[in-house]
Amino acid sequence: MARLWKKNAIPYLFLLPWLIGLLALTVGPMISSVYYSLTNYDVISSPTYIGFDNYKKMFMDDPRFYTSLKVTFIYVFTSVPLKLIFALLVASLMNKGLRGLTFYRTLYYLPTLLGGSVAIAVLWRKIFGATGIVNHFLLLFFGIEAPDWIANPEYSLYTIVALSVWQFGSSMIIFLAGLKQIPQDFYEAAQVDGASKWKQFLKITIPLLTPVIFFNLIMQLISAFQAFTQSFIISGGTGGPIDSTLFYTLYLYLKGFSFYEMGYASAMAWVLLIIIAFFTFIIFSTSKSWVHYGDGGK
Amino acid sequence: MIRSIQFNKLLMHILIIGIGLFMLYPILWLISSSLKPGYLIFTNLSLWPNEVTLNNYREGWAGISRVGFITFFKNSFIVAILCVVGNLISSSMAAYAFGRLEFSWKKFWFAVMLVTIMLPHHVTIIPQYILYKQLNWIDTYYPLTIPKWLATDAFFIFLMVQFIRGLPRELDESATIDGCGKIRIYWKIIIPLALPSLITTAIFTFIWTWDDFFSQLLYINTPKLYTIPLGLRLFMDSSSESSWGALFAMSVLALIPSLIVFFSLQKYFVEGISTSGIKG
Repeated sequence: MARLWKKNAIPYLFLLPWLIGLLALTVGPMISSVYYSLTNYDVISSPTYIGFDNYKKMFMDDPRFYTSLKVTFIYVFTSVPLKLIFALLVASLMNKGLRGLTFYRTLYYLPTLLGGSVAIAVLWRKIFGATGIVNHFLLLFFGIEAPDWIANPEYSLYTIVALSVWQFGSSMIIFLAGLKQIPQDFYEAAQVDGASKWKQFLKITIPLLTPVIFFNLIMQLISAFQAFTQSFIISGGTGGPIDSTLFYTLYLYLKGFSFYEMGYASAMAWVLLIIIAFFTFIIFSTSKSWVHYGDGGK
Repeated sequence: MIRSIQFNKLLMHILIIGIGLFMLYPILWLISSSLKPGYLIFTNLSLWPNEVTLNNYREGWAGISRVGFITFFKNSFIVAILCVVGNLISSSMAAYAFGRLEFSWKKFWFAVMLVTIMLPHHVTIIPQYILYKQLNWIDTYYPLTIPKWLATDAFFIFLMVQFIRGLPRELDESATIDGCGKIRIYWKIIIPLALPSLITTAIFTFIWTWDDFFSQLLYINTPKLYTIPLGLRLFMDSSSESSWGALFAMSVLALIPSLIVFFSLQKYFVEGISTSGIKG
């Protein structure tokens, strides 16, 4: 017993802040979140148990829930692939042994660095507005009288997709690090065999980069499902026009903190967790067939 | 042959700079607009303002709802610095335990830590909010800062564990022979050597806290306590079309601290991203 104490006392002392945080701010809340999701709770009066009614209502009787799912899915499945494609293309352009790499890397990382901020969301709202610079350009160079992109429900979501794609910097830096790992002799050998640049890209670069692609895909997917600030600022906190930018997390926020339906919002949070876990699981389980590790699949 | 290679390189440079300028254009436009008088902001496309004024900055700095913008700045700095210090201390302690020490249940706790990285924080937001409400912490900075002192961003623990594992163990061993205890080894050997990972953590914690909108929106209600993201939003809600200039000017100021942090510590930044794959 004394030996066990002696062995563990100091390590657990170092772990203590994290352990307290884990229990008080993660595990505890998760357990009560399950409970709240089965109740009606408006913060003022105490929660009343209603079984699975929140979940039933969500799936049977809440069109806005489905709208928010649709908006989020469109956002995730357009912005993530586009972002990764851009990141990979620019990274391979930059990986040609050019001078001034640090400068270029900085140039492309800046939008990502600043992109999460309210300031940039404000800017975006103005750029795509009726009198914004996008429309000035369209009028000036193409003579097109363009709509107010933000106020038009057909386009508003895609302005947020554009904002997300604009921030491809961190994926790009990870791709660059991955590209540097690929041995140059592979390309030299392919050159001798007469393979074109494009063929080299498809047959050497892409396969050897799959672990990095895998990693970027998981990271971007998880964070895209949780996007909030951009839609909140650009739509003025409403998800409008006519719910066209009602992201899942924005709807969750409105339910919980504008309508004070804490039980319902908790239920929504669990559905989101399951959706993210599902997609992560799919990618992980298919990864064996498309992710190639250099050391023979370890 | 040589000439064509050089030509290709030149073309590549032009292409990369071209795309880069295109990407930077919105930010440059923001800066230049903040210097233009109001009536020119949406009529003048040129990045070079032909009429420069600092009026927007003066107007914006004076603030809104009887709160000067400097208050928002001060508040943001207080919150960000408390978060950075808390995160560095609590995460490095946990990382030292996981990376260097032996104890019972180590594998279990490590696995738990990894799982919490993947967990979307939405499942804990509502109970956390209720907890903070019961503690009477709403409209204080406790909900924003205390979690960082309890290492809830497990991602940074992971980052430091990876780094600490790469440090030579012989150093600890010789320190032990010299009579150093575990606490001294942490403080005298691990912390100084793990500095690059600590700096990466500090940079990211600072910028993410600076930009964080969601939790500040949830927990802070009084304009006097508002941080910059909330201040900007307040500005946007109440501003008529004519005061966009002031909003732009304050947006530019809001971006400056992140830029300073980024440029002064760029080396660590890029290393931190490419070795660990920090989300963006």
